[in-house]
Amino acid sequence: MHAIEFENVDFAYSEEGKREFCIKGLNFAVEEGEFVAVLGHNGSGKSTLARLSNGILVPDGGKITVFDTPLDDKHLFDVRKQVGVVFQNPDNQTVASIVEDDVAFGAENVALPREEIGRRIDFALQAVGMEEYRHATVARLSGGQKQRIAIAGVLALKPRLMIFDEATAMLDPKGRREIAAVAKRLNEEENITVILITHFMEEALLADRAIVLNKGEIVMEGAPKDIFARHEELLTYNLTLPRIGTICKTLREGGMSVTDTLDTDLLADEIARDLKGGNAS
Amino acid sequence: MRIVCENLSYTYNAGSPFAVKALDGVSLTVEEGEFFGIIGHTGSGKSTFVQHLNALLRVPSSLKKYKPKKLKKGEVPPPAPVLRVGEYDLTDKKTDFFALRKRVGMVFQYPEHQLFAETVEKDVAFGLKNFLKKGEKLSDEERKVAVSDALKTVGLDYDEVAEKSPFDLSGGQKRRVAIAGVIVTKPEILVLDEPAAGLDPLGKQEIMELLHRIHGDWCKTVVIVSHDMDEIAEHCTRAAVFSEGKVVMCAPPKELFREAETLLSLGLDIPLTAKLCRALKERGIDLDCDFTLEDFTAKVLALKRGGMA
Repeated sequence: MHAIEFENVDFAYSEEGKREFCIKGLNFAVEEGEFVAVLGHNGSGKSTLARLSNGILVPDGGKITVFDTPLDDKHLFDVRKQVGVVFQNPDNQTVASIVEDDVAFGAENVALPREEIGRRIDFALQAVGMEEYRHATVARLSGGQKQRIAIAGVLALKPRLMIFDEATAMLDPKGRREIAAVAKRLNEEENITVILITHFMEEALLADRAIVLNKGEIVMEGAPKDIFARHEELLTYNLTLPRIGTICKTLREGGMSVTDTLDTDLLADEIARDLKGGNAS
Repeated sequence: MRIVCENLSYTYNAGSPFAVKALDGVSLTVEEGEFFGIIGHTGSGKSTFVQHLNALLRVPSSLKKYKPKKLKKGEVPPPAPVLRVGEYDLTDKKTDFFALRKRVGMVFQYPEHQLFAETVEKDVAFGLKNFLKKGEKLSDEERKVAVSDALKTVGLDYDEVAEKSPFDLSGGQKRRVAIAGVIVTKPEILVLDEPAAGLDPLGKQEIMELLHRIHGDWCKTVVIVSHDMDEIAEHCTRAAVFSEGKVVMCAPPKELFREAETLLSLGLDIPLTAKLCRALKERGIDLDCDFTLEDFTAKVLALKRGGMA
């Protein structure tokens, strides 16, 4: 079953009478249980895609289906219960002053029974590794911790699809790793379908499949490793090479036989082999 | 202007149950003309330190109401903090902090969140007006020239953006406008707290190129706080590592990242080039590079050409 499917979706932001297409004729599907990374430079339509996925934005044309339910006025709230979105700024996503109240907010909103909410909070906090902060003050948490609370709030609604819309962009490297690990674990252990929108290449590597968006269209698709190996092509979509890619490229241009890789150990192996081989011959 | 800091300590909410010691005896010197990096974990005291540089946070002895603590009999007084920025003594009540702030520009994290005026021109000009001394006047012409220069330096065209609302610009442009609003007063020292945070890789690269353009002819000294070790390795003359309110290391990147083990034990990252150097060492290849991409690849290729020694 498709977790989400876009069929010929168009979306335009209209400004002063002008309509600028942000997403044009987009077709793509994510299977249930899949972990998909979406890459693209600023303005490529990544965030619009996230906002279309749970009806925050309504497409101008085409059809979006979520777990076989069409995303339309009639089913909007059913779909929203299934699709959770985590946004960029942790400070904009917390509403209560105490962690457990904050996590409960969404579940209370959909009027779950009290005992059930309690169970959901337990589950959600445990899933993001924040059990011991249950009674802590949200304002005193770090950015990464706040973001984990925001994720827990979404998890308490037991969504089947979670979208991380640059959810790590405002965090430090440690916070970033925390969130990426949580996303991976939710996918593997809770079998939640994950769409990870990011511009950090290392994070995209966690995914089963990566998609590169440019001007609202899918321009590259495949296993993250294969995509990153297509250095030149990435550059044409205003995505810079990961630094290791630049090194591979320069060394190759200097006459060394190294393949494109994102793994430092692999690259070190290849450099060593090339250098030592050169010595022997 | 040279920055000299010795024995600087700072406690938030001092005397309350929430007291947190953010700086604990920091000693650090930044020479004029440096492109200085400050690294460390969240909560290591980096931001607290840089906020001292233009007296947003004050050394207690520089406050009007300050009274030295009475010492108990036999108690040894703690070493007095020293904090000098150029000719300004930041521990002295009589220092002209207004003049100091004009010469030390501060760009906070996500500076675009601080845009407020209805046009780009007004937003950038705000600092100019704010720093006018009593009785000093600024003609429209002078203002326009200054704003236009600042915008040009950050890579924006005055005629194109001046009358636009800053909120209609893209994320990267907003950040540039915010930086222009700080450099417009021509500060000698520019301090930036994570200038590239939250940008995509291309945006990051553009901001760092911009800082190099500013460094030198516009601001003599640039101090950046960063989590990105690659950025530090690539751009900084020297960098200080903060941990638990102390400076644990301070050296040029070349020496700093040779101590990879220490950095890793502090829970910090190391640049990609340092990771590769470590991996190569395990494979019996010693590479002496300064950890910039350019030098790393050049040294590897030199080994290739020269054969392994």
